[in-house]
Amino acid sequence: MSAAAFLRQARVVIVIGKGGVGKTTVSAALARAASLAGIDSLVVEIEGKGGLASAFEYPGELDYRETVLHPGDASKGEGEVRGRTLRADEALVEYLEEHAMGRLSKRLLSAGAVDVVATAVPGIKDILVLGKVKQLEREHPAELIILDAPASGHAISFLAGAGSLLDAVRAGPIRAQAQDVVDLLTDPNRSQVLIVTLAEEMPVNEAAEVAAAVEDQVGAHLGPVVVNAVYPKRESLPRDTPAAALAEQNSIHLRPGEAEALDAAAKSRHGRNELQERHLRRLRELLPLPQVELPFLFTASIGGRELDRLAVSMAAALEALD
Amino acid sequence: MSGLGPLLQRGNMLVCCGSGGVGKTTIAASLAVAGARAGLRACVVTIDPARRLADALGLETLPNVAHRVPLDLSDGLPSGELWALMLDPKSTFDALVERYAESPDQAQRILDNRLYRNISGALSGTQEYMAAEKLYELAEEGRFDLLVVDTPPSRNALDFLEAPARLTRFLDNRLFRLVVAPARSYLKAVSMAAQAFVRTVAKVVGAEVVDDAVAFFQAFEGMEEGFRDRAERVDRLLGGDGTAFVLVASARKDTVAEAIYFTDRLVEMGKSPQALVANRLHPRFGRDGSESLTDLAASDRARADSLGEDTPLGALYANLAEFRQVAEREDEVLATLVEKVSPAPVCRVPYLEGDVSDLQSLERVAQILTA
Ligand SMILES: Nc1ncnc2c1ncn2[C@@H]1O[C@H](COP(=O)(O)OP(=O)(O)OP(=O)(O)O)[C@@H](O)[C@H]1O
Ligand SMILES: Nc1ncnc2c1ncn2[C@@H]1O[C@H](COP(=O)(O)OP(=O)(O)OP(=O)(O)O)[C@@H](O)[C@H]1O
Ligand SMILES: [Mg+2]
Ligand SMILES: [Mg+2]
Repeated sequence: MSAAAFLRQARVVIVIGKGGVGKTTVSAALARAASLAGIDSLVVEIEGKGGLASAFEYPGELDYRETVLHPGDASKGEGEVRGRTLRADEALVEYLEEHAMGRLSKRLLSAGAVDVVATAVPGIKDILVLGKVKQLEREHPAELIILDAPASGHAISFLAGAGSLLDAVRAGPIRAQAQDVVDLLTDPNRSQVLIVTLAEEMPVNEAAEVAAAVEDQVGAHLGPVVVNAVYPKRESLPRDTPAAALAEQNSIHLRPGEAEALDAAAKSRHGRNELQERHLRRLRELLPLPQVELPFLFTASIGGRELDRLAVSMAAALEALD
Repeated sequence: MSGLGPLLQRGNMLVCCGSGGVGKTTIAASLAVAGARAGLRACVVTIDPARRLADALGLETLPNVAHRVPLDLSDGLPSGELWALMLDPKSTFDALVERYAESPDQAQRILDNRLYRNISGALSGTQEYMAAEKLYELAEEGRFDLLVVDTPPSRNALDFLEAPARLTRFLDNRLFRLVVAPARSYLKAVSMAAQAFVRTVAKVVGAEVVDDAVAFFQAFEGMEEGFRDRAERVDRLLGGDGTAFVLVASARKDTVAEAIYFTDRLVEMGKSPQALVANRLHPRFGRDGSESLTDLAASDRARADSLGEDTPLGALYANLAEFRQVAEREDEVLATLVEKVSPAPVCRVPYLEGDVSDLQSLERVAQILTA
């Protein structure tokens, strides 16, 4: 399948995963891959920590207003990437204001009015966030919307909240909102969920658990699993020949300690490659979904150039899917 | 013993703080192991440990009760005791309610209330508060020489410091007073706004929800005093000399930024982190310290390029250059934080292959922490 075809399958892609596995980076790479395929996108960050802005080398901080993160090179037919945040607290206040008496007074806010509502109706914030995404989907029909979701654990309650609310609340506007969210999440033409994970013990276990929960408890459609930060293999890296011997063959003089460092680093690289390989295999067994691997980048933190590399890897991996 | 060794002293309490997923639970457990190894009776209060670690610590059964964890002492080194307790925020809260209720009847009304039953799961800050509460309880009991507390997996390290205030504010039920109390004239407008607010909430989410909330605050009346007083004592304990904050961070820009922010807030409170643990670092290879990582990476890179990356020796150099590049980036990211916490000791824990989920690997981390 072409990357473009994949990216046009559903209008909303929800990117979930454990804390720190690379959800924001993957969301950014996906948006940039869409842009390279000529598709405009909007990345929505729920718990912004600045990672999205810095991946696109955007100088400021994102807020709820949409900002252009990457204009895309129109002469090459590239699409535009825009971004915004969507904070749960803000979504709740906005909703209450729309359905209440206009602006909530500072006094009420500081008396904890919002906390009381959020505690009394657990999950209300998540439903309002997803309800807002549905509204964005309607406002931007031609665009791919990429939702950089909160860290999992949280992710299932985040996605399943609307369904449980439908069981609990009989009528009223919030029920209608929850119904809309369930409709969005269960329609594979409108949304799909991408699980991001790492080739490590816990993240693999978690990914398998989360996948089962997404299907059973949310009824959402799962896209491929994205395995981030896979150490690229170095085919020519020797396994058994020590550096000292190779240096001698090449008549290269090694500094003291250099041979040991070269050997230790090679051993570590092979060790990591093998360990990751094992976890990738385990993931395939636990979770029969196509896998998209993104390379670990050794370069300095992730900025525009690195992002382009990841986007190209992403597009290539998507194309390799049937 | 050096590194974090000096913190392992009788009467100390160590609070492991940091952003989500950096290794707070792992480091807390390892510090308790190190404490036991130093001959103390050490107890770790863990929160939400990964399943295999919980198994290793024998925590799969009763929450909120300290268990003795057998340490393998076959190496013959002297040793104290390792204890572990898994925090259950809900029952900790229940116990507080029972303690401060004026009658069993009042306690029951609160415990049965639907809003109350949601609090532990839905009100952010509750877990953090309960962790601090449990620490206070254990400190009062005085059964242990060393207490190590893990903090909840919240997004922000800061939640641990701010949560108690948030919860007490919630329980102070100012909103409720605005709704039901006879409004004093200058409060009338706010009170009317509050009532309108409550009516709208009822319309949006259902009247039962509002009834539950009102019933909860009614039931809670009279208990705020006790709670506030308790919270103040907990606060004093956290601010006291026996409490040391151990900051855990990974070499990531965002977690470091957060750790810096957290440090600033601690300083405002008149405290400072007593140690920094930089966790899950890439290994450093053969460096005598005389040359900078940048120079080393560059010269390795140049070697790789001149030999060709597809030759065996070139690949060795290219690989070493990559590891040095990551190490350099990690040092760079950590530099401001290291300076910020100075003179507190900084301990670098490498990424351990496998997972840190059994006693043996905890012992390894414990050794690194005290090396
Ligand atoms: N493929 C990669 N190679 C190298 N570094 C990476 C890669 N992917 C992500 N990172 C780095 O790892 C860190 C975590 O990535 P990211 O912020 O995308 O994770 P996240 O899942 O969004 O985290 P959080 O749960 O905190 O929001 C960042 O510092 C990022 O630059
Ligand atoms: N030095 C290390 N080397 C390898 N793995 C590690 C290391 N430290 C922690 N881990 C692993 O990283 C994962 C996260 O660690 P841990 O649960 O301690 O983090 P945490 O800060 O408590 O997370 P949370 O915020 O979710 O509570 C665990 O699987 C743990 O085994
Ligand atoms: Mg993120
Ligand atoms: Mg933890």
